[in-house]
Amino acid sequence: MNLWFSCFLFIIVTPAHIVRLYDRFEALDKEKTGHLRPQDFGAINRLAMNPIGDRIIGAFFSPGQETVDFHSFVRILAHFRPADKKHPKDPSMPEPVNSRTSKLKFAFQLYDQDKDGKISRAELLQVLRSMLEMQVTEEQLESIADRTIQEADLDKDDAISFEEFRKSLEKVNIDHKMSIRFLR
Amino acid sequence: MPALWRSTFVLVMVLLAISRPSLASEDTGNGTENTITTLPIVIWKWEEIHFPYLVALWVLVSWLCKLVFQLNPCLTRVIPESGLLICIGWVLGGIIYGADKVQTFRLQPFTFFFYLLPQIVLDAGYSMPNKLFFGNLGAILVYAVIGTCWNAATLGLALWGCWLGGAMGNIDTGLLQLLLFGSLIAAVDPVAVIAVFEEVHVNEVLYILVFGESLLNDGVTVVLFNVFDAFVSLGGAQIDAVEIIKGIISFFVVAVGGSLVGVVFALLISLLTRCTKNIQIIEPGFIFVLGYLSYLTAEMLSLSAILSCTFCGVCCQKYINANMDERSVSTVRSTMKVFANGSETIIFVFLGISAIDPSIWVWNTAFILLTLLFIFVFRFIGVFLLTWILNQYRLVPLDFIDQLVMGYGGLRGAVAYGLVLLLDENKYKEKKLMISTTLIVVYFTVMLQGITMKPLVTWLKVKRAAVSERTLAEKIQNRTFDHMLVAIEDISGQIGDNYMRDKWNNFEEKWLYWLLMTPIARKSCDPIFNIFHKLNIKDATSYVKEGERRGSLAFVRNESKADVDFNKKFGADFSEMMPYIMTENMGPDHVPVSSILRDSVPSVCLDMHEQDLKMRESEDFDAHHLLQQHLYKGRKQHRHRYSRKHLEVNKDEHEVQEIFQRTMRSRLESFKSAKMGVAPPKKISKHLKKDQPQKVREAYTFSSFPLFSEGDSASGCEAAGGSFPMRAYRGAGIVNPAFMAEMDTMDPMPPMQQIPSWLAEAEVDSSNMVPSQRAQLTLPWTPSNLRRLAPLCLSTHSNDSFLLADSPATQEGISELPPPPPPQDGQGQGTHK
Repeated sequence: MNLWFSCFLFIIVTPAHIVRLYDRFEALDKEKTGHLRPQDFGAINRLAMNPIGDRIIGAFFSPGQETVDFHSFVRILAHFRPADKKHPKDPSMPEPVNSRTSKLKFAFQLYDQDKDGKISRAELLQVLRSMLEMQVTEEQLESIADRTIQEADLDKDDAISFEEFRKSLEKVNIDHKMSIRFLR
Repeated sequence: MPALWRSTFVLVMVLLAISRPSLASEDTGNGTENTITTLPIVIWKWEEIHFPYLVALWVLVSWLCKLVFQLNPCLTRVIPESGLLICIGWVLGGIIYGADKVQTFRLQPFTFFFYLLPQIVLDAGYSMPNKLFFGNLGAILVYAVIGTCWNAATLGLALWGCWLGGAMGNIDTGLLQLLLFGSLIAAVDPVAVIAVFEEVHVNEVLYILVFGESLLNDGVTVVLFNVFDAFVSLGGAQIDAVEIIKGIISFFVVAVGGSLVGVVFALLISLLTRCTKNIQIIEPGFIFVLGYLSYLTAEMLSLSAILSCTFCGVCCQKYINANMDERSVSTVRSTMKVFANGSETIIFVFLGISAIDPSIWVWNTAFILLTLLFIFVFRFIGVFLLTWILNQYRLVPLDFIDQLVMGYGGLRGAVAYGLVLLLDENKYKEKKLMISTTLIVVYFTVMLQGITMKPLVTWLKVKRAAVSERTLAEKIQNRTFDHMLVAIEDISGQIGDNYMRDKWNNFEEKWLYWLLMTPIARKSCDPIFNIFHKLNIKDATSYVKEGERRGSLAFVRNESKADVDFNKKFGADFSEMMPYIMTENMGPDHVPVSSILRDSVPSVCLDMHEQDLKMRESEDFDAHHLLQQHLYKGRKQHRHRYSRKHLEVNKDEHEVQEIFQRTMRSRLESFKSAKMGVAPPKKISKHLKKDQPQKVREAYTFSSFPLFSEGDSASGCEAAGGSFPMRAYRGAGIVNPAFMAEMDTMDPMPPMQQIPSWLAEAEVDSSNMVPSQRAQLTLPWTPSNLRRLAPLCLSTHSNDSFLLADSPATQEGISELPPPPPPQDGQGQGTHK
């Protein structure tokens, strides 16, 4: 890892974690190509039992890219670092990866698969379908989706934009909900 | 209810009537030999059997008490069961005392510690949610060790201070005695905590912290009790630094030693259950005997018996549940609950009875009130202090309300009473005062705190259920977050918090499974295999249900009816295939596959229009309610409610099955669309849905090709369990491209011709496949399981009905490719009845 790389990473994760993440990266990268492909993620058995597992895998890959290198791998995982409450936000610096806004953006992108900046009804339906038990009928599903959009949609365009998304979750403690200990 | 009261009363009277002669006969002494003059037909044999008779009678009476107040549900809602039992104990004690003028029945410490407590602790250990327990072990240990020491020290010192100040009047005690008293009353009691918290249902982290603390603080309590007892014997002058250091060392020895004894016995139990395949009838008994022996062994070595028993249960549960037959497992579980619940009942009843005994009561208002006050205050202070420290290191800090409940939940109970009875009167002149105080404290905590716990929890809105009505978006999002976190932890290899767990899992899988589990059980640890096993069972039960719904299971053997339903449902194509299937696929019982297949079809009615009509009728439906009910719970939230009263059946497997099926299906679709570039996957999915279990296996077969064809199952953690399936699907991986290639080239051809050629491919390749399949066949699996997991390439030579039930499904699915109109996109994943 060159110096620049490690400096960048140091901002978002500490060196000890980087080593562990790299070990993990190498363990996943069975063919030692230095890149991960969707199949490598697919080899993680437990992800298959996660309703949004495939979406999360997709989130690692930037649009159009087939592989993810270590840098991006860590960058995505850095979203889940608990926010640093101690240091005040420096307005001149770019938004840290693990700030509330960035975390919300990550969550938003899980829904918004076509990246048009809005969660359309169809996209919401897809997510709901994957997270609800199979007994739920299409009618019920659509009803839930309709009501969700109704509650959150403020400009009445039948889709949820990022601002509306953020507003609907203002009472939720995102930092707790989207943090993992090892990235502390 | 009056009838029951009456019967209880009668029983007690009988009891007394019986006990009086027994006392009388003991008083008059023995040796009155009866010289008989004629043959007695019936003899009154009370003297010989009175002891077991009384024991059994008391057990019966205690358990009947439970029955009595269950009849009045409003009462149980307000007062916790333990409190009610104590009240009934008072009543009974009053009756006995009134009749005998002396309390003949009391809770003896020996009985309590050796006959009543072990099963409660064993049950607690065996039913402990391990992941939660070990995940929070650090916090639990902090509370148990440091918290209890703090409680004991502060209480003892505060009482000593008050005694010096003269607030208590003239009692003959000293610093050491008060410290001893502090140490035995400081410990949170597991029996009381279980009894009260079980009815309150707080969130699981809070529960596990209080519960774990109550179990693990026994190590500290035992040490402190013995140390101070020894110090009192030695006298104050002899205590110097050496003795204190010895005391500290003894803590480590007692605590760690006790745990080790428990672990050793857990190993013994696991090894034993590995060999008891042929004596399943008595298998459950071993658990109890060895669990009890772990308790006694630790007690014999003067180590912490509760710790030993707890860790015995905690460590062995996984292995014995895997090794033993399912019936044995359920026997063990039920029997443990019976014993534990029964013991708890008896303990509380006798706690009540023992109070009605004027000989033990010495009333010193100041002492008692001060003790109560200090217990309360110092408990809260201790909890807040320790939590503040812990929160620096916890990811999810404990908030104020949780801390309040934790402080309030520091209940004292029978263990303290038992310990105080063990004191030697000669050394402790104020033993009676201590007994009285302990009883008052126990009653106060169990009854008052027990009664007010539920309202307090509700009032403070402790995190149990949602506080305010959350919006739908919030609810969905919360669940998404949970799933997200679980996924990220999995991807990142569960580093950090779970890094150790990962390492432990590797160690466990490599060594412990090999040592402690039968080969069959070892394989079933693979979570995917578990799902398959459960799917098989589900299949079997649904077949039976279907059969019973039709009147009898005779249909299974009825060959002639095989055609009808298929034609109706699937059109002519299938009937052409029927002869092929019928001739080839006779199961081992000569049960025609088609009839079995037919049974699995009707349960799914995918007629969307029928569905629509029904749904339009119910206009008003609560989307919130629906979400609440049907959202998948993430892995973290799996319900680990330890309940003394109910045996929780873990329903999470359904969820995992469904999610797994769906994921595999979507992977299959994406794989197919990538490979073939056609829309058919949607239709296949619709038909694959007809047969849930089969599609899983099939989807797994197909999708395994892109996923597992790369290299070995080298990486330890997630693939270790899956090493078997991966080998299986390497075989499949070789077949599939042939199949896929066929599909590509033969797409315009009628579906029928694809099948034979594909099967022909399988035949050709089967010779290559056979070695790798046989490699796994060495495992002694039951036939149905094995065949289920075997890929399709075995089908031509296998004569297993289940397997062959699968192949027509595939074929029918594929045969459907061109003809039927495509269902709507996305909505094609219809519904199940």
